Amino acid sequence: MKKPEIAIVGGGPAGLSAALSAVRQGAQVMLIDRDPVLGGQLVKQTHMFFGSKKQYAAIRGIDIPQKLLAALQEEGNGKFDPRVNTTVLGCYDDGVLLLEKEDRAELIQPRKIIIATGAAEKMLPFPGNDLPGVYGAGAVQTLMNVYGIKPGTRVLMIGAGNIGLIVSYQLLQAGVEVTAIIEGAPKIGGYLVHATKVRRAGIPILTSHTIKKAYGCDSVEGAVLCNLDEKWCAVPGTEQSLAVDVICLAVGLTPQTELLWQAGCEQQYLPELGGYVPLRSEKMQTSLSHLFVAGDAACIEEAGSAMVEGKIAGLFAAADLGYAENVEALNETFSRELEELRSGPAGAKIRQGLSRLKGGAQVC
Amino acid sequence: MLEKTGVPDADQIKKITPSPGRLKKGPVAVVECFQSIPCDPCRYACRQEAIKEFKDINDLPVIDHDLCNGCGSCISKCPGLAIFVIDDTYSEKEGLVKLPYEYLPLPRPEEEENGIDTEGWEVCSARVVKVQNAKVLDRTPVVWLTVPREHLMKVRNFLRKGGA
Amino acid sequence: MRIKDHPIIDFQRGKQVTFSFNGRQVTAYEGETIAAALHAAGVRVLSHSHKLKRPRGFFCAIGNCSSCLMQVNGEFNVRICITPAREGDRVEMQQGRGEIVEKT
Ligand SMILES: Cc1cc2nc3c(=O)[nH]c(=O)nc-3n(C[C@H](O)[C@H](O)[C@H](O)COP(=O)(O)OP(=O)(O)OC[C@H]3O[C@@H](n4cnc5c(N)ncnc54)[C@H](O)[C@@H]3O)c2cc1C
Ligand code: SF4
Ligand code: SF4
Ligand code: FES
Repeated sequence: MKKPEIAIVGGGPAGLSAALSAVRQGAQVMLIDRDPVLGGQLVKQTHMFFGSKKQYAAIRGIDIPQKLLAALQEEGNGKFDPRVNTTVLGCYDDGVLLLEKEDRAELIQPRKIIIATGAAEKMLPFPGNDLPGVYGAGAVQTLMNVYGIKPGTRVLMIGAGNIGLIVSYQLLQAGVEVTAIIEGAPKIGGYLVHATKVRRAGIPILTSHTIKKAYGCDSVEGAVLCNLDEKWCAVPGTEQSLAVDVICLAVGLTPQTELLWQAGCEQQYLPELGGYVPLRSEKMQTSLSHLFVAGDAACIEEAGSAMVEGKIAGLFAAADLGYAENVEALNETFSRELEELRSGPAGAKIRQGLSRLKGGAQVC
Repeated sequence: MLEKTGVPDADQIKKITPSPGRLKKGPVAVVECFQSIPCDPCRYACRQEAIKEFKDINDLPVIDHDLCNGCGSCISKCPGLAIFVIDDTYSEKEGLVKLPYEYLPLPRPEEEENGIDTEGWEVCSARVVKVQNAKVLDRTPVVWLTVPREHLMKVRNFLRKGGA
Repeated sequence: MRIKDHPIIDFQRGKQVTFSFNGRQVTAYEGETIAAALHAAGVRVLSHSHKLKRPRGFFCAIGNCSSCLMQVNGEFNVRICITPAREGDRVEMQQGRGEIVEKT
């Protein structure tokens, strides 16, 4: 059985940053991802990112993984072992991981594990939501931005959070018509600069609206919408029908925490952070001392914060193995970065969620 | 209302509109970024330091129109695509709008297009003067359009008359 | 349905490969998943629900939801959204739950 010093599950921005941070400290890292390319969500994000320079602001999401990978190749010094097309199926309480690659299983026993598995999409219940043509926003992005295939010709977007707004914009760039973006809440949840961008391209954003049903024979042919009142109840008589062949769901994400449940980490339900999230200290260490978390798996946030959390998790996982140079100074820098990212109104929900986390991960 | 529809209202636009005196002096940037989000690349894009230093990354950008020379370097650096340059001195009747445009096909100079406002409505005819698409713009081309001067603060997009 | 020109991405498509779907020939580019290639070919219905026989298509495209199970080269319940299309693959709409087939 292989015994890497640190195994990181998930090669998105959190996992890649954790790897870089740990190899910089001198630790040896195996980075495991089920996808054929590293980068996680970033490989589908064609737009420029917000944040500050430290988190690659104004650089397109798709271009960020190469930057992190180049640094890893350069500084990895043979200590960086990436494994793609490899799924982690099991995370046992004794610290053993079960990997699967092309139908072959392998057990490894890392000394430290960082879970950076990202998020899963939420579903919305409505009649007809099982029809072909009702797709998650992630699926639409995968088709369109990874394989270059249009998901359909006319799309109804459900959800005006950042994902709904950005995927709508990306659909326009791919030459697909977006008939409307609907949102149950009375306000747009995503960044308003994204909203103005799609709005001036002619896509109506209908707040206080929901989908009543999808219809179609073998696949989606249309949707019936209706208005919602302040109590989120459908307003009778407001139904309208839209002919579309794709209904794209962008109704939120929830941390992908299955491996953490398997291992027996303590978790807490915090809707502000996306659902069940693992308890962790300010070192991103869970209730099990060999297990760390970072990124959307710990709390649904942004790539910027995912990268910083990754750096912190990588730093302390390495420190626990004795690679303890400069830990305090580095941690201070990283913590300040996180604090900055979360300090504004956009971070209010995250701050509230973190403050309710049992055992108190430090709220920056 | 911006938060409900994605369209900034007249008051918000008024607050960010350069003074008549400044408009008389030539091209100037307008920053249509109305919400505190953790983002600051515009500040580093501006070599004139017209966009003030952020105390906190969540601050709204503050631009000193008198320091801005309308060079347009910030347009393609804003992830929100929220910065435009307007020039009220282009000609007697026409003003110039420079806007970011990340769609294909790109328009060609001299083409007549439909000028579109923040709600997505056609407001006037617009003529393409120039399309900047150098490597430094990193796939965010900047299109220069002339529009009737009264629509300078309105036109923020365009629709190709020949079809998208 | 394939995007030719994109303002941001330069799609590097691999070699063409051909596989069969219910006996019909479908073209894919190397590296594409079976689900992506079928979608590009206009195939949206991948299977039917066991009880009510409602049509099923893909949903998540990352192997999470099992909405895209099909029979590939005789093997049942393959998540085609994460299975690359290979030359000569035999892809079939699966009837029922399928069986476990020993792989050789
Ligand atoms: C449409 C959209 C737009 C966005 N725009 C922005 C933006 O402008 N700015 C911003 O900062 N953020 C943005 N984000 C958010 C950002 O992409 C995420 O917050 C970020 O990717 C989270 O990083 P992560 O590393 O935690 O997870 P991910 O990027 O999701 O990576 C997780 C990785 O783990 C792998 N994995 C999961 N389970 C397993 C397993 N069992 N075995 C092996 N591998 C596994 C997955 O394959 C994946 O590669 C956007 C997100 C979306 C969907
Ligand atoms: S137009 Fe030029 S001078 Fe004016 S704010 Fe932008 S970068 Fe600065
Ligand atoms: S770069 Fe754009 S979105 Fe970011 S703060 Fe500046 S104006 Fe706003
Ligand atoms: S579409 Fe979800 S597993 Fe294939």
